Amino acid sequence: MQDKPTKTAEGVFFITGKDFANAGVASCELKSILEKMGVDRGIVRRAAISVFEAEMNVVIYTPAGMMRYKVTPDYIKIVVEDVGPGIENIDLAMTEGYSTASDDIRSMGFGSGMGLPNIKRNTDELSILSIPGIGTTLEMVINIKKE
Amino acid sequence: MKLQEIVDSLSLVVKTASAHLTKEVTGGYVSDLLSDVMANTKDGYVWITLQTHQNIVAVATLKELSGIILVNNRTPEPDTLKKAEEEGLPIMVSSLPAFEIAGLLYNLGLRCR
Repeated sequence: MQDKPTKTAEGVFFITGKDFANAGVASCELKSILEKMGVDRGIVRRAAISVFEAEMNVVIYTPAGMMRYKVTPDYIKIVVEDVGPGIENIDLAMTEGYSTASDDIRSMGFGSGMGLPNIKRNTDELSILSIPGIGTTLEMVINIKKE
Repeated sequence: MKLQEIVDSLSLVVKTASAHLTKEVTGGYVSDLLSDVMANTKDGYVWITLQTHQNIVAVATLKELSGIILVNNRTPEPDTLKKAEEEGLPIMVSSLPAFEIAGLLYNLGLRCR
């Protein structure tokens, strides 16, 4: 029997591009919300990995974005929307190792082309809508209820 | 194994959160790529890296790692120290390279599995 939250919660975090000082804050806060709600530890871990990767993508590649979340007894839904350059080729971006990051970003250990594949592995549903020049919306669902 | 035993055996210099060296270390991982660490570490692992910027603290906190060992005498940035102290995350420094640190930890019985 997995631990399940009995309540629901929703909220939003705003993420500023290039603000490496606050990068990860939204992910850490969301993780602590999930823990306080009593979500199963394994599910919290998967959510933490997914939101961190999504948050870092906003910080690294875009001027700004926001992360909305909804937690119910059955699932966690996270929507990350940004006003960045968009992803030209989503299939390519999903390929492990593919990255468009600059050398500066890579030297910090980011931009290794593992972010989106990490999200894919740790979510039950992932949809990416991206329009070059307009922005990207990532919708992730992690099921709490056991199938 | 407790973090303190690793600090003593490898003569690490503890830069932050010295009150948290009682943490249990469950394994170790070497990487300088943050997504790799996010993907492949488990609770309680000690992370060996040369990255010194503040985002390593977020990664270690999110993954509930026991601590970070900086190699080759790397100096953590002031913001990194501040965040790690706030999070109760021990950051330790060694003059040895990553290969040597990993080898010594392996000899102490730590694994990555």
